[in-house]
Amino acid sequence: MIEFHLDTHSGVAPYLQIVQQVRRALKLGLLHEGDQLPTVKEVVARIAINPNTVLKAYRELEHDELVAARPGIGTFVTRTLSDQSLSAHGPLRQELGRWLAKAQRAGLDDESIEALFRDTFRSARERDIA
Amino acid sequence: MSAVIDAAGLGKRYGRKWALTECTLEIPSGHVVGLVGPNGAGKSTLLNLAVGLLSPTAGTINVLGEEPASSPEQLGRVGFVAQDTPTFSALSVADHLRLGAHLNPTWDHTVAEARIDQLGLDPNQKAGKLSGGQQAQLALTLAVAKRPQLLILDEPVASLDPLARREFLQILMETVAEDAVSVVLSSHLVADLERVCDYLIVLVASRVQLAGPVEELLAQHHRLIGERRDPATLPSNQEVIESSHTERQSTILIRTTDPILDPAWTVEEVGLEDLVLAYMGQAASLARQARPTLGLLT
Repeated sequence: MIEFHLDTHSGVAPYLQIVQQVRRALKLGLLHEGDQLPTVKEVVARIAINPNTVLKAYRELEHDELVAARPGIGTFVTRTLSDQSLSAHGPLRQELGRWLAKAQRAGLDDESIEALFRDTFRSARERDIA
Repeated sequence: MSAVIDAAGLGKRYGRKWALTECTLEIPSGHVVGLVGPNGAGKSTLLNLAVGLLSPTAGTINVLGEEPASSPEQLGRVGFVAQDTPTFSALSVADHLRLGAHLNPTWDHTVAEARIDQLGLDPNQKAGKLSGGQQAQLALTLAVAKRPQLLILDEPVASLDPLARREFLQILMETVAEDAVSVVLSSHLVADLERVCDYLIVLVASRVQLAGPVEELLAQHHRLIGERRDPATLPSNQEVIESSHTERQSTILIRTTDPILDPAWTVEEVGLEDLVLAYMGQAASLARQARPTLGLLT
Protein backbone atom coordinates (compact mmCIF):
# COMPACT_ATOMS: atom_id res chain seq x y z
CA MET A 1 0.00 0.00 0.00
CA ILE A 2 1.14 3.53 -0.74
CA GLU A 3 2.42 5.69 2.11
CA PHE A 4 2.08 9.43 1.83
CA HIS A 5 4.46 12.08 3.04
CA LEU A 6 4.12 15.82 3.31
CA ASP A 7 6.64 18.51 2.50
CA THR A 8 5.45 21.70 4.21
CA HIS A 9 8.15 23.81 2.60
CA SER A 10 7.36 22.91 -1.00
CA GLY A 11 4.69 25.58 -1.43
CA VAL A 12 2.44 22.91 -2.99
CA ALA A 13 -0.96 22.62 -1.28
CA PRO A 14 -1.06 19.51 0.96
CA TYR A 15 -4.05 17.95 -0.87
CA LEU A 16 -2.22 18.40 -4.17
CA GLN A 17 0.85 16.65 -2.78
CA ILE A 18 -1.27 13.57 -2.05
CA VAL A 19 -2.83 13.70 -5.54
CA GLN A 20 0.63 13.96 -7.10
CA GLN A 21 1.99 11.09 -5.03
CA VAL A 22 -0.83 8.81 -6.17
CA ARG A 23 -0.39 9.85 -9.81
CA ARG A 24 3.36 9.26 -9.61
CA ALA A 25 2.84 5.82 -8.08
CA LEU A 26 0.37 4.98 -10.86
CA LYS A 27 2.84 6.15 -13.51
CA LEU A 28 5.68 4.12 -12.03
CA GLY A 29 3.50 1.03 -11.73
CA LEU A 30 3.77 1.03 -7.92
CA LEU A 31 -0.02 1.09 -7.65
CA HIS A 32 -2.17 -1.26 -9.70
CA GLU A 33 -5.82 -1.47 -10.57
CA GLY A 34 -7.69 -2.85 -7.57
CA ASP A 35 -5.15 -1.68 -5.00
CA GLN A 36 -6.61 0.01 -1.94
CA LEU A 37 -5.52 3.48 -0.86
CA PRO A 38 -5.01 3.96 2.88
CA THR A 39 -8.15 5.08 4.70
CA VAL A 40 -8.46 8.72 5.71
CA LYS A 41 -7.95 7.71 9.33
CA GLU A 42 -4.75 5.82 8.48
CA VAL A 43 -3.34 8.77 6.55
CA VAL A 44 -4.04 11.37 9.24
CA ALA A 45 -2.76 9.08 11.99
CA ARG A 46 0.49 8.75 10.06
CA ILE A 47 1.26 12.21 8.79
CA ALA A 48 -0.84 14.35 11.16
CA ILE A 49 -2.84 16.34 8.64
CA ASN A 50 -6.43 17.51 8.51
CA PRO A 51 -8.83 14.70 7.41
CA ASN A 52 -10.58 17.13 5.05
CA THR A 53 -7.28 17.50 3.16
CA VAL A 54 -7.18 13.76 2.49
CA LEU A 55 -10.87 13.69 1.54
CA LYS A 56 -10.31 16.52 -0.91
CA ALA A 57 -7.36 14.70 -2.52
CA TYR A 58 -9.37 11.48 -2.84
CA ARG A 59 -12.32 13.40 -4.33
CA GLU A 60 -10.03 14.91 -6.93
CA LEU A 61 -8.60 11.48 -7.80
CA GLU A 62 -12.16 10.17 -8.06
CA HIS A 63 -13.10 13.03 -10.33
CA ASP A 64 -10.14 12.10 -12.57
CA GLU A 65 -11.56 8.55 -12.53
CA LEU A 66 -8.33 7.11 -11.17
CA VAL A 67 -9.91 5.76 -7.98
CA ALA A 68 -13.39 4.87 -6.76
CA ALA A 69 -14.76 4.92 -3.24
CA ARG A 70 -16.70 1.88 -2.05
CA PRO A 71 -18.71 3.16 0.90
CA GLY A 72 -17.79 1.48 4.15
CA ILE A 73 -14.90 -0.43 2.57
CA GLY A 74 -12.37 2.03 1.20
CA THR A 75 -10.97 3.75 -1.85
CA PHE A 76 -9.61 1.63 -4.69
CA VAL A 77 -7.51 2.24 -7.78
CA THR A 78 -9.65 1.82 -10.90
CA ARG A 79 -7.18 2.64 -13.61
CA THR A 80 -3.47 2.80 -14.05
CA LEU A 81 -1.43 5.55 -15.67
CA SER A 82 1.46 3.35 -16.69
CA ASP A 83 1.53 1.97 -20.22
CA GLN A 84 3.67 -0.27 -22.39
CA SER A 85 6.59 2.08 -21.77
CA LEU A 86 6.84 0.66 -18.23
CA SER A 87 8.97 -2.26 -19.44
CA ALA A 88 11.49 0.25 -20.74
CA HIS A 89 11.83 1.87 -17.27
CA GLY A 90 14.31 -0.70 -15.94
CA PRO A 91 16.99 -0.33 -18.62
CA LEU A 92 16.49 3.46 -18.74
CA ARG A 93 16.88 3.67 -14.98
CA GLN A 94 20.12 1.68 -15.20
CA GLU A 95 21.45 3.92 -17.91
CA LEU A 96 20.50 6.99 -15.91
CA GLY A 97 22.24 5.51 -12.86
CA ARG A 98 25.42 5.07 -14.86
CA TRP A 99 25.13 8.61 -16.19
CA LEU A 100 24.68 9.96 -12.63
CA ALA A 101 27.76 8.09 -11.45
CA LYS A 102 29.71 9.56 -14.36
CA ALA A 103 28.51 13.07 -13.52
CA GLN A 104 29.55 12.63 -9.89
CA ARG A 105 32.98 11.37 -10.91
CA ALA A 106 33.32 14.47 -13.08
CA GLY A 107 32.84 16.53 -9.92
CA LEU A 108 29.25 17.79 -10.39
CA ASP A 109 27.32 18.33 -7.16
CA ASP A 110 23.59 17.53 -6.78
CA GLU A 111 22.54 21.03 -7.70
CA SER A 112 24.59 21.10 -10.90
CA ILE A 113 23.31 17.65 -11.90
CA GLU A 114 19.71 18.74 -11.44
CA ALA A 115 20.30 22.00 -13.28
CA LEU A 116 22.00 20.21 -16.16
CA PHE A 117 19.20 17.66 -16.43
CA ARG A 118 16.46 20.29 -16.34
CA ASP A 119 18.21 22.47 -18.85
CA THR A 120 18.83 19.61 -21.29
CA PHE A 121 15.26 18.38 -20.80
CA ARG A 122 13.88 21.82 -21.55
CA SER A 123 15.96 22.43 -24.68
CA ALA A 124 15.07 18.94 -25.99
CA ARG A 125 11.37 19.74 -25.50
CA GLU A 126 11.74 23.08 -27.22
CA ARG A 127 13.43 21.34 -30.15
CA ASP A 128 10.46 18.96 -30.40
CA ILE A 129 7.99 21.81 -30.47
CA ALA A 130 9.95 23.79 -33.07
CA MET B 1 -24.38 23.73 9.35
CA SER B 2 -24.59 25.62 12.63
CA ALA B 3 -21.85 27.63 14.28
CA VAL B 4 -19.73 25.98 16.96
CA ILE B 5 -18.72 29.37 18.31
CA ASP B 6 -20.77 32.48 17.70
CA ALA B 7 -19.49 35.68 19.28
CA ALA B 8 -20.85 39.19 18.87
CA GLY B 9 -19.09 42.27 20.19
CA LEU B 10 -17.42 40.05 22.75
CA GLY B 11 -15.03 41.73 25.19
CA LYS B 12 -13.25 40.95 28.43
CA ARG B 13 -11.67 43.48 30.70
CA TYR B 14 -9.31 42.84 33.61
CA GLY B 15 -9.31 45.97 35.76
CA ARG B 16 -8.65 48.73 33.25
CA LYS B 17 -7.05 46.55 30.61
CA TRP B 18 -9.07 44.97 27.81
CA ALA B 19 -7.79 41.45 27.07
CA LEU B 20 -10.27 41.04 24.23
CA THR B 21 -12.32 43.70 22.43
CA GLU B 22 -15.12 43.76 19.86
CA CYS B 23 -14.67 40.14 18.97
CA THR B 24 -17.25 39.10 16.40
CA LEU B 25 -16.85 35.60 15.04
CA GLU B 26 -18.89 32.82 13.56
CA ILE B 27 -17.00 29.56 13.34
CA PRO B 28 -18.85 26.89 11.32
CA SER B 29 -18.80 23.30 12.55
CA GLY B 30 -16.71 20.54 10.99
CA HIS B 31 -13.45 22.44 10.98
CA VAL B 32 -10.12 22.28 12.70
CA VAL B 33 -9.67 25.92 13.61
CA GLY B 34 -6.27 27.42 14.30
CA LEU B 35 -6.24 30.43 16.60
CA VAL B 36 -2.93 32.26 16.20
CA GLY B 37 -1.43 35.41 17.58
CA PRO B 38 1.48 36.61 19.67
CA ASN B 39 1.62 35.97 23.40
CA GLY B 40 -0.80 38.19 25.28
CA ALA B 41 -3.03 38.73 22.23
CA GLY B 42 -6.11 37.39 24.00
CA LYS B 43 -6.13 33.79 22.72
CA SER B 44 -6.49 32.18 26.15
CA THR B 45 -9.09 34.77 27.15
CA LEU B 46 -11.21 33.92 24.10
CA LEU B 47 -10.93 30.18 24.75
CA ASN B 48 -11.68 30.56 28.45
CA LEU B 49 -14.78 32.58 27.56
CA ALA B 50 -15.80 29.82 25.15
CA VAL B 51 -15.69 27.15 27.86
CA GLY B 52 -17.35 29.33 30.49
CA LEU B 53 -14.36 29.67 32.80
CA LEU B 54 -14.64 33.43 32.27
CA SER B 55 -17.74 35.51 31.71
CA PRO B 56 -17.80 38.38 29.21
CA THR B 57 -17.54 42.04 30.20
CA ALA B 58 -19.21 43.04 26.94
CA GLY B 59 -21.08 41.30 24.12
CA THR B 60 -22.23 37.69 23.89
CA ILE B 61 -20.81 34.29 23.11
CA ASN B 62 -22.68 31.11 22.24
CA VAL B 63 -21.02 27.72 21.96
CA LEU B 64 -22.93 24.97 20.13
CA GLY B 65 -25.94 27.26 20.22
CA GLU B 66 -25.95 27.84 23.98
CA GLU B 67 -24.29 30.04 26.54
CA PRO B 68 -21.04 28.36 27.69
CA ALA B 69 -21.43 26.21 30.82
CA SER B 70 -25.14 27.09 31.03
CA SER B 71 -26.11 23.46 31.71
CA PRO B 72 -24.44 20.11 32.42
CA GLU B 73 -25.50 19.01 28.91
CA GLN B 74 -23.77 21.98 27.35
CA LEU B 75 -20.61 21.27 29.37
CA GLY B 76 -20.73 17.64 28.26
CA ARG B 77 -20.66 18.64 24.61
CA VAL B 78 -17.44 20.64 24.93
CA GLY B 79 -14.05 19.09 25.67
CA PHE B 80 -11.33 21.40 26.94
CA VAL B 81 -7.60 20.97 27.37
CA ALA B 82 -6.18 23.99 29.21
CA GLN B 83 -2.80 25.55 28.57
CA ASP B 84 0.17 23.26 29.33
CA THR B 85 -2.18 20.24 29.35
CA PRO B 86 -2.52 19.97 33.13
CA THR B 87 -2.88 16.61 34.89
CA PHE B 88 -2.92 15.66 38.59
CA SER B 89 0.66 14.62 39.28
CA ALA B 90 -0.15 12.54 42.38
CA LEU B 91 -2.90 10.56 40.64
CA SER B 92 -2.25 7.52 38.48
CA VAL B 93 -3.34 7.21 34.86
CA ALA B 94 -6.15 4.86 35.96
CA ASP B 95 -7.24 7.38 38.63
CA HIS B 96 -7.56 10.00 35.92
CA LEU B 97 -9.86 7.74 33.93
CA ARG B 98 -11.97 6.98 37.03
CA LEU B 99 -12.19 10.69 37.74
CA GLY B 100 -13.25 11.34 34.16
CA ALA B 101 -15.92 8.64 34.40
CA HIS B 102 -17.34 10.16 37.61
CA LEU B 103 -17.37 13.73 36.37
CA ASN B 104 -18.74 13.20 32.85
CA PRO B 105 -22.21 11.79 32.18
CA THR B 106 -21.26 11.04 28.55
CA TRP B 107 -17.95 9.32 29.43
CA ASP B 108 -16.94 6.43 27.15
CA HIS B 109 -14.68 4.16 29.17
CA THR B 110 -13.94 1.82 26.26
CA VAL B 111 -12.57 4.72 24.23
CA ALA B 112 -10.49 5.95 27.16
CA GLU B 113 -8.96 2.55 27.91
CA ALA B 114 -8.29 1.76 24.25
CA ARG B 115 -6.49 5.04 23.88
CA ILE B 116 -4.32 4.55 26.99
CA ASP B 117 -3.49 1.12 25.64
CA GLN B 118 -2.66 2.51 22.19
CA LEU B 119 -0.39 5.11 23.79
CA GLY B 120 1.39 2.40 25.75
CA LEU B 121 0.81 4.14 29.09
CA ASP B 122 0.98 2.10 32.30
CA PRO B 123 -2.38 2.63 34.11
CA ASN B 124 -0.62 2.48 37.51
CA GLN B 125 1.93 5.14 36.66
CA LYS B 126 1.55 8.45 38.49
CA ALA B 127 0.85 11.30 36.06
CA GLY B 128 3.71 13.30 37.59
CA LYS B 129 6.15 10.65 36.41
CA LEU B 130 4.99 10.79 32.79
CA SER B 131 6.90 12.70 30.13
CA GLY B 132 5.49 16.03 28.92
CA GLY B 133 4.24 14.36 25.75
CA GLN B 134 2.52 11.57 27.68
CA GLN B 135 0.87 14.05 30.06
CA ALA B 136 -0.45 15.95 27.04
CA GLN B 137 -1.80 12.70 25.58
CA LEU B 138 -3.46 11.85 28.90
CA ALA B 139 -5.12 15.28 29.04
CA LEU B 140 -6.32 14.83 25.45
CA THR B 141 -7.64 11.35 26.26
CA LEU B 142 -9.74 12.77 29.11
CA ALA B 143 -11.19 15.46 26.85
CA VAL B 144 -11.90 13.03 24.00
CA ALA B 145 -13.42 10.22 26.12
CA LYS B 146 -16.35 12.42 27.07
CA ARG B 147 -17.29 12.31 23.39
CA PRO B 148 -17.57 16.06 22.85
CA GLN B 149 -18.92 17.77 19.73
CA LEU B 150 -16.35 20.50 20.13
CA LEU B 151 -12.81 20.15 21.40
CA ILE B 152 -11.03 23.30 22.60
CA LEU B 153 -7.28 23.14 23.12
CA ASP B 154 -5.21 26.02 24.48
CA GLU B 155 -1.60 25.81 23.26
CA PRO B 156 -1.58 22.03 23.58
CA VAL B 157 1.80 21.44 21.95
CA ALA B 158 3.75 24.58 22.91
CA SER B 159 5.90 22.89 25.54
CA LEU B 160 6.44 19.61 23.69
CA ASP B 161 9.48 18.50 21.70
CA PRO B 162 8.95 18.05 17.93
CA LEU B 163 8.42 14.29 18.12
CA ALA B 164 5.87 14.50 20.97
CA ARG B 165 4.20 17.35 19.11
CA ARG B 166 3.83 15.27 15.96
CA GLU B 167 2.47 12.32 17.95
CA PHE B 168 -0.05 14.56 19.70
CA LEU B 169 -1.29 15.97 16.38
CA GLN B 170 -1.48 12.47 14.87
CA ILE B 171 -3.80 11.33 17.65
CA LEU B 172 -5.79 14.55 17.45
CA MET B 173 -6.31 14.19 13.69
CA GLU B 174 -7.24 10.53 14.11
CA THR B 175 -9.91 11.64 16.58
CA VAL B 176 -11.25 14.20 14.12
CA ALA B 177 -11.42 11.57 11.35
CA GLU B 178 -13.16 9.09 13.65
CA ASP B 179 -15.63 11.21 15.58
CA ALA B 180 -16.22 14.15 13.22
CA VAL B 181 -15.56 16.46 16.17
CA SER B 182 -14.92 20.17 15.58
CA VAL B 183 -11.67 21.49 17.01
CA VAL B 184 -10.46 24.93 18.02
CA LEU B 185 -6.80 25.06 18.99
CA SER B 186 -4.53 27.96 19.75
CA SER B 187 -0.86 27.95 18.91
CA HIS B 188 1.89 30.17 17.69
CA LEU B 189 3.55 27.35 15.79
CA VAL B 190 2.26 28.14 12.33
CA ALA B 191 4.02 25.18 10.71
CA ASP B 192 1.92 22.79 12.82
CA LEU B 193 -1.26 24.69 12.08
CA GLU B 194 -0.53 24.53 8.36
CA ARG B 195 -0.79 20.76 8.51
CA VAL B 196 -3.85 20.37 10.65
CA CYS B 197 -6.05 23.45 10.32
CA ASP B 198 -8.55 24.28 7.62
CA TYR B 199 -9.84 27.44 9.27
CA LEU B 200 -7.73 30.28 10.63
CA ILE B 201 -8.25 33.09 13.10
CA VAL B 202 -5.50 35.67 13.64
CA LEU B 203 -5.84 37.51 16.92
CA VAL B 204 -3.50 40.43 17.63
CA ALA B 205 -3.66 43.07 20.35
CA SER B 206 -7.03 41.80 21.65
CA ARG B 207 -8.72 42.03 18.23
CA VAL B 208 -9.55 39.55 15.48
CA GLN B 209 -7.51 40.63 12.44
CA LEU B 210 -8.44 37.83 10.07
CA ALA B 211 -10.77 34.83 10.09
CA GLY B 212 -11.88 32.34 7.46
CA PRO B 213 -11.31 29.00 5.75
CA VAL B 214 -7.58 28.60 5.04
CA GLU B 215 -8.04 27.80 1.36
CA GLU B 216 -10.20 30.86 0.82
CA LEU B 217 -7.73 33.10 2.65
CA LEU B 218 -4.78 31.78 0.64
CA ALA B 219 -6.70 32.29 -2.62
CA GLN B 220 -7.51 35.91 -1.74
CA HIS B 221 -4.00 37.02 -0.84
CA HIS B 222 -1.23 37.72 -3.32
CA ARG B 223 2.23 39.17 -3.27
CA LEU B 224 2.84 41.79 -5.96
CA ILE B 225 6.41 42.48 -6.99
CA GLY B 226 7.33 45.23 -9.40
CA GLU B 227 8.74 48.68 -9.96
CA ARG B 228 8.64 50.95 -6.95
CA ARG B 229 5.19 52.37 -6.43
CA ASP B 230 3.13 54.03 -3.72
CA PRO B 231 0.70 51.40 -2.33
CA ALA B 232 -1.95 54.15 -2.11
CA THR B 233 -2.17 54.16 -5.92
CA LEU B 234 -3.45 50.57 -6.08
CA PRO B 235 -7.06 49.99 -7.20
CA SER B 236 -9.62 50.27 -4.41
CA ASN B 237 -10.51 46.56 -4.59
CA GLN B 238 -6.96 45.65 -3.51
CA GLU B 239 -6.51 45.99 0.22
CA VAL B 240 -2.86 46.52 1.17
CA ILE B 241 -1.83 44.33 4.09
CA GLU B 242 1.91 44.84 4.03
CA SER B 243 4.36 46.62 1.79
CA SER B 244 8.10 47.03 1.64
CA HIS B 245 10.21 49.02 -0.75
CA THR B 246 13.76 49.22 -1.96
CA GLU B 247 15.04 52.06 -4.10
CA ARG B 248 13.59 50.54 -7.25
CA GLN B 249 11.31 47.72 -6.20
CA SER B 250 8.04 47.40 -4.29
CA THR B 251 6.76 44.20 -2.69
CA ILE B 252 3.14 44.48 -1.63
CA LEU B 253 0.91 41.91 0.00
CA ILE B 254 -2.70 42.51 -0.96
CA ARG B 255 -6.09 40.99 -0.35
CA THR B 256 -8.60 40.91 -3.16
CA THR B 257 -11.34 38.69 -4.54
CA ASP B 258 -10.87 40.05 -8.07
CA PRO B 259 -8.26 39.10 -10.65
CA ILE B 260 -5.12 41.23 -10.78
CA LEU B 261 -5.02 42.88 -14.19
CA ASP B 262 -2.03 45.21 -13.97
CA PRO B 263 0.70 43.56 -16.11
CA ALA B 264 3.41 45.56 -14.34
CA TRP B 265 3.25 43.19 -11.36
CA THR B 266 4.74 39.78 -10.92
CA VAL B 267 2.10 37.99 -8.83
CA GLU B 268 3.12 35.33 -6.33
CA GLU B 269 1.11 33.03 -4.09
CA VAL B 270 1.40 33.54 -0.33
CA GLY B 271 2.00 30.75 2.21
CA LEU B 272 0.11 30.51 5.48
CA GLU B 273 3.09 31.52 7.59
CA ASP B 274 3.73 34.66 5.52
CA LEU B 275 0.06 35.51 5.74
CA VAL B 276 -0.05 35.19 9.52
CA LEU B 277 3.15 37.19 9.95
CA ALA B 278 1.87 39.94 7.65
CA TYR B 279 -1.31 40.38 9.70
CA MET B 280 0.63 40.30 12.95
CA GLY B 281 3.02 42.91 11.57
CA GLN B 282 0.17 45.10 10.34
CA ALA B 283 -1.55 45.04 13.72
CA ALA B 284 1.71 45.73 15.55
CA SER B 285 2.50 48.77 13.41
CA LEU B 286 -1.04 50.13 13.85
CA ALA B 287 -0.62 49.74 17.60
CA ARG B 288 2.66 51.67 17.44
CA GLN B 289 1.01 54.49 15.50
CA ALA B 290 -1.85 54.67 17.99
CA ARG B 291 0.53 55.12 20.92
CA PRO B 292 1.45 58.75 21.66
CA THR B 293 4.99 59.48 20.54
CA LEU B 294 7.28 60.60 23.30
CA GLY B 295 9.73 62.74 21.40
CA LEU B 296 11.87 59.81 20.38
CA LEU B 297 12.31 61.12 16.85
CA THR B 298 15.95 61.36 15.97
